[in-house]
Amino acid sequence: MVKLTIDGRQITAERGQTILQVATNNGIEIPTLCHHEAVEPYGACRLCIVEVFRNGRSRIVASCLYPVEEGIEVKTNSPRVLNNRKMLLELLLAKCSRNPVVRDLAAEMGVSSSFVRQEYLEDLDCIVCGLCVRVCEQIVGVSAISMVSRGVNKHPAPPFHEPAVDCIGCGSCYYVCPTGAIKMEDKGDTRIIHNWKVELKLKKCSLCGNYWAPEKQLEYIAKKWNLPEGFFDVCPNCR
Amino acid sequence: MARRLSSVGELEALRQELLQNRSRASKPVIAICHGTGCQAYGCRKVADAFRAEISRLGVEGMVEIRATGCHGFCERGPVAVIQPGDIFYQRIAPRDVGEILDKVFSGGVVERLLYRDPVTGEAVTKYHDIPFYKRQLRLIFGGNGEIDPTSIEDYIAIGGYTALSRALFRMSPDEIVEEIKRSGLRGRGGGGFLTGIKWESCRKAPGEIKYVIVNADEGDPGAYMDRSLLEGNPHSVLEGLIIGAYAIGAHEGYIYVRHEYPLAVRNAGIAIEQARELGLLGNNILGSGFDFDVRITKGGGAFVCGESTALMASLEGRIGEPRAKYVHTVEKGLWDRPTNLNNVDTWANVPLIINKGADWYRTIGTENSKGTKIFSLVGKVNNTGLVEVPMGITLREIIFDIGGGIKGGKKFKAVQTGGPSGGCLPESLLDLPVDFDELTKVGSMMGSGGMIVMDETTCMVDVAKYFLTFLEEESCGKCVPCREGIKRMKQILADITEGRGQDGDLELLERISDTLVDSSLCALGGTAPNPVLTTIRYFREEYEAHIKYKRCPAGVCKALIHYYIVDEKCPGCGLCVKACPQGAITFMGKKKPVVLDESKCIKCGACYDVCKLGAIGVR
Repeated sequence: MVKLTIDGRQITAERGQTILQVATNNGIEIPTLCHHEAVEPYGACRLCIVEVFRNGRSRIVASCLYPVEEGIEVKTNSPRVLNNRKMLLELLLAKCSRNPVVRDLAAEMGVSSSFVRQEYLEDLDCIVCGLCVRVCEQIVGVSAISMVSRGVNKHPAPPFHEPAVDCIGCGSCYYVCPTGAIKMEDKGDTRIIHNWKVELKLKKCSLCGNYWAPEKQLEYIAKKWNLPEGFFDVCPNCR
Repeated sequence: MARRLSSVGELEALRQELLQNRSRASKPVIAICHGTGCQAYGCRKVADAFRAEISRLGVEGMVEIRATGCHGFCERGPVAVIQPGDIFYQRIAPRDVGEILDKVFSGGVVERLLYRDPVTGEAVTKYHDIPFYKRQLRLIFGGNGEIDPTSIEDYIAIGGYTALSRALFRMSPDEIVEEIKRSGLRGRGGGGFLTGIKWESCRKAPGEIKYVIVNADEGDPGAYMDRSLLEGNPHSVLEGLIIGAYAIGAHEGYIYVRHEYPLAVRNAGIAIEQARELGLLGNNILGSGFDFDVRITKGGGAFVCGESTALMASLEGRIGEPRAKYVHTVEKGLWDRPTNLNNVDTWANVPLIINKGADWYRTIGTENSKGTKIFSLVGKVNNTGLVEVPMGITLREIIFDIGGGIKGGKKFKAVQTGGPSGGCLPESLLDLPVDFDELTKVGSMMGSGGMIVMDETTCMVDVAKYFLTFLEEESCGKCVPCREGIKRMKQILADITEGRGQDGDLELLERISDTLVDSSLCALGGTAPNPVLTTIRYFREEYEAHIKYKRCPAGVCKALIHYYIVDEKCPGCGLCVKACPQGAITFMGKKKPVVLDESKCIKCGACYDVCKLGAIGVR
């Protein structure tokens, strides 16, 4: 066990836990965008930064990645943290100037506008946090998409920007995206994920006749778990 | 040859045999630089011409043509040194070879090919008397000019692999780590972390399998010392690596080198093959019982892959993105195993320290920066090239004594050290002793050793914009501050250089910089503001001229300058009329000044470049 203080509170934590985990477990809120407990921490959005004091010195670290250490003092809202976090939100706001999630989060931090001049503001939804890519790799296990290019051009995409051939249409990327940047819709018997140029047939329930999941996803699961043929003929509601 | 050496005795016997053969043959050697710079100048044609002439004269076996690594004096290439005599020839053309060979056999020198002091005009015969070389201390780089990098015999003949024998048979791994620690050697890749401490941490880290890596992903614009070292003396890097692996307890190593360095890849590959054949790599090295082997991995050329964690990700076959180093790579590095990564130059220091001892090594350099450092001296300086100097030498000595001052008699303005994320230092800091800590104190850094000299015609705002453009392209794009922050900083700088600067821009740049320094994921973002912060710190008035008065004092920023004809200087020669792509300049007759139509001028500067009479003015 490790003893540390977070925002003045004495806390005992398990070795190997991150500051963010410990803080969350103890009801101390730290804002995040690229974090999801289901996947490995990534440290891209930097909103979860905190100030760590040790041996009379302090530094800014990403709490989603920083493992707790004996005797450290953590401040989640020090002036230095807040200054940095506000600047990060101004930067995100300039990129996603109309995105409600980014705007609300910024507003919570008292940031209503960005320093960036009006003519340079962008209206994007993707903050390049990589959650879609990570969940597709680590949870779904198909890696249908990847981060491509670098620097300001970095973005998630299927290989060669062609339709994502390995996508099973499960929609995990859609559900996990923190800013609603992934556009998915079910139209009749088809699931469309616009970002990955994917259109997949949906399976019809043999009882109620509703289209309930992409056939490719069900095949993937059936194969992975070695399920008997016809296992997915009926939807969960009718089962 | 390829006989496997199974003991130190056999290595020494081979060395004696090589030395005896060489002294018996005792033939003159023409060491022609085959570094990348001289290759661009056509050194291979020179070497071919030598070989052809030798065969024409029928004097094969009486003189050796040795294709060596980079000699460093790239400005004067192709260069060659004749032994015996240390005679240095520069700017050699294939037509000169007959004359050179004649003098090699008859004695004497070819006067016109000697280096001449630009001030006194005096010819200098011996290479170590040339000011460029005289002030250097070429401990690491010296071997480059003496050996053929593709010949392990050459390396052994100059004492190669003696440090390895010493380390394997006369020192314990702990003693080696201690020796490196005591030497005070600091990482030459940029961070300046104490090498011995890194080794010790990696040695102590739990884990059966450990790795050692040579970081040869040099990517700073204008920097090529790691390249030249790996091209010109690959065995020195390899020897250091094997010693390090033994000290740390690693049995596998990697040389990560960018694919844009084909000669470095080739020569390192040849070196590895040769070392394997001789039993200096592989199982039971020199009969010591220690096993170690190396593989080369070619990088795709991303600048960020020089960052240790991004490099390891790339080595693993993943996207070259850095990760947080809260758990150090010496504990969890390549494939999550303890990994010790050092720069090319750092590894090449190791054999030297083992051979000559930490006490000797500590006598070179400053209090906290020991040894020498290789810089690539480029930009508006007379003697561009690679220079190796003891730590603590001043910037003035490097730029003016070794570098020969500023090109074209212009005035020094700034020197940029530490690569794109280093800082630009002004004239008032020319007497700064160059070491890790001093450079950091003034807002720059040692980095990997790039040194770009700028003259009075350089606009510092434009320079800051240039470096941020580079970093914007080379940021991996993973974390928000680096990806978005650099982009916005560059936007502000572009606005300033294009006449749209506003009050408060400088404060804003500083505010964004604070966040980049504090909250970026890796050092690329953390140091990216350096060029901006140092230029604001040392050249603030130049920024203000752009912002307040919409003027570029150096006459560089196109949106802020106007070209005009200086009538009294213009003889009406018409050169500028021909050069102008817009037809903006009108010929008015001989001996009459030309006329420039500003409405047509696109400020390309072609007229300014072509006029040697100063008749094109900039304001």
